[in-house]
Amino acid sequence: MTAPAIEIKDVQKSFGNITIIRDLNLSVAQGERHALIGPNGAGKSTTFNLITGYIAPTSGTVKLRGEVISGLPPYQINRRGLSRSFQVTNVFTNMSVWENLRCAVLWTAGHRYSFWKNIDNLPEVRDRTAEILSDIGLAARRDVPAGLLTYAEQRALEIGITVAGGADVILLDEPTAGMSHAETERAVTLIRRLTEGRTLMIVEHDMSVVFGLADRISVLVYGQVIATGTPEQIRSDPKVREAYLGEEAA
Amino acid sequence: MTELASRVAPPYPQPSERIKFYGLWAATVLLLLVLPRLFGSGGALTTFSLIGISIIFSLSYNILLGQTGLLSFGHAVYYGLGGFLAIHAVNLIGANKLPIPLPFVPLIGGMTGLFFAALLGWVSTQRSGTAFAMISLGVAELIASSALILRTFFGGEAGISANRTKLIRFFDWNFGPQIQIYYLVAAWTVIAIIAMYALTRTPFGRMCNAVRDNPERVQFVGYDPHVIRYLAFCFAGFFAGIAGALAAINFEIANSAYLGAVQSGTVLFSTYIGGVGYFIGPIVGAIFVTALSLGLSDLTSVWQLYFGLFFIAVVTFAPGGITGLLMMHRPLLKGGTLAKVVPYYLISLVPTLAMIAGLVLAIETVVHHTVNPGEDPNIRAFGISFNASSPITWLAALVLVVAGFYVARKTWIRLAHAWDEAMTAARDKGHST
Repeated sequence: MTAPAIEIKDVQKSFGNITIIRDLNLSVAQGERHALIGPNGAGKSTTFNLITGYIAPTSGTVKLRGEVISGLPPYQINRRGLSRSFQVTNVFTNMSVWENLRCAVLWTAGHRYSFWKNIDNLPEVRDRTAEILSDIGLAARRDVPAGLLTYAEQRALEIGITVAGGADVILLDEPTAGMSHAETERAVTLIRRLTEGRTLMIVEHDMSVVFGLADRISVLVYGQVIATGTPEQIRSDPKVREAYLGEEAA
Repeated sequence: MTELASRVAPPYPQPSERIKFYGLWAATVLLLLVLPRLFGSGGALTTFSLIGISIIFSLSYNILLGQTGLLSFGHAVYYGLGGFLAIHAVNLIGANKLPIPLPFVPLIGGMTGLFFAALLGWVSTQRSGTAFAMISLGVAELIASSALILRTFFGGEAGISANRTKLIRFFDWNFGPQIQIYYLVAAWTVIAIIAMYALTRTPFGRMCNAVRDNPERVQFVGYDPHVIRYLAFCFAGFFAGIAGALAAINFEIANSAYLGAVQSGTVLFSTYIGGVGYFIGPIVGAIFVTALSLGLSDLTSVWQLYFGLFFIAVVTFAPGGITGLLMMHRPLLKGGTLAKVVPYYLISLVPTLAMIAGLVLAIETVVHHTVNPGEDPNIRAFGISFNASSPITWLAALVLVVAGFYVARKTWIRLAHAWDEAMTAARDKGHST
């Protein structure tokens, strides 16, 4: 049996004497689409931050394909094939869409800190950037500074940057937040296509997105996973209904 | 896949664009070659040499500020140390008759800048923003005060001097005459500009921009922003060292002023005034500030005050610097609507100049009464004589400032309207940048 893509074991995170995450256990199989849901303040973004190295757990371990990654800085974790997007759009605002995507391609293309190669003379970088650019549907906006894009375009760029490096584990933090219904539908199609064959972990508030996209769902309440299962299991779980879905429905 | 790239990727430059690009470089080199024929006086050659040095120094500073987003208050440390090592090298080479001609000495300065940047930069580049700025200031003070304590190396107040003509000749040149120094500086300036331009076009150069824009996100595309900042710092130190060595060769002396706060401030000043957002910005700034500081210091004793005011004006009204201001007009030029705003520029120029003249008159009058009280009140500034004690002068200053500002403000508003219209017209024609 292959190791799970992500395995969180007994992770705890405290800021001072406030514990945000307690005894968190979660496992995401390779190739699975896993959604993390829960009420505001449940610790969903903190969980993402713990997995991606943005913050280190107070105790417990996070494993990526069986290797311990907790305690590593974000760039080390990213180089091992894990990439994330942000809830608040987090792009290179003064640089064009093209430059944004190209920066996200460079490391995996092996160019690292190279200061002796002409960046316009790297065919494989050019091809890969063009591929992502057309995938996210921003080809017509190629030379526009990212800061001047519309909100939905920035969200698409955000996802583009996340997947450009070719990481096989993708974490998306509320990719459709603030989008209209039509924009959300387009975004879901995009996510589905770009994460094909990869492991996806997604934090999302829009239940139609969650139930439409996820193979399995985990429900996080007060820093603890109270249930994990298929959409059907989650829908019918009384604990979940009480803690989360019930509130939504009411 | 290449088919897709050829459709959506930015097109490769056309042959005509390439010719334009290389033609520009060739024209620059040609200009530098013929410049001494046009202005051959010793004073002009010295000015050109200082401008060349300032260009290298300012461009090196912009690797930090404009490209990587690092505000340094101590960049002169690497300039100064490069200068000192160059002077020591000239003395050492001369005394031991080593087979190293003068044109290679700037490389020693560059290596010195690189060495100290590599040594001192690791800690300061951990963070950007305030932490980096404060550490750069601390390191600068540390080195500047050591310069006065470690007398054998830095020569105390007097500094260390050298004789550049003692080195072996380079193709029959002994670098005594200023014209030979001019060509030496010009050659290094061209090399440094090309090298620093090329650096911006590499994966590393682009990641510097990414770190400037968003160091947090850089970590999630596989890069360590600290390493990027550190490398940028080392490159900046290297080119600053070359500039410092050229300055030391030019003056045949290195002293503590080379690595002081004033020198660090001046390079920040030149770079910012020129415009940090464009590669050419620091070049424009270096030319402008060097020429102006040499010119203005002949005209008035408080030229630094005017510099300060000018700097404030640029930061407030034109944060893109001179280059940014010029580049704003590009869409108008392309769209053919520039002619619409020119008359408004000319109209607003009159009251604006009147206001500035009033301000200058007021400043010079106040300076006279505070700095030289009791001396002859008939003074000269900017080539104009006036009586600093006469109420008529005071009244003239007051009227010029108040009335000038009142009228100028109205013309500025009209200019802004005309600008908006011209910009809209240009945008409608498809020229937005």
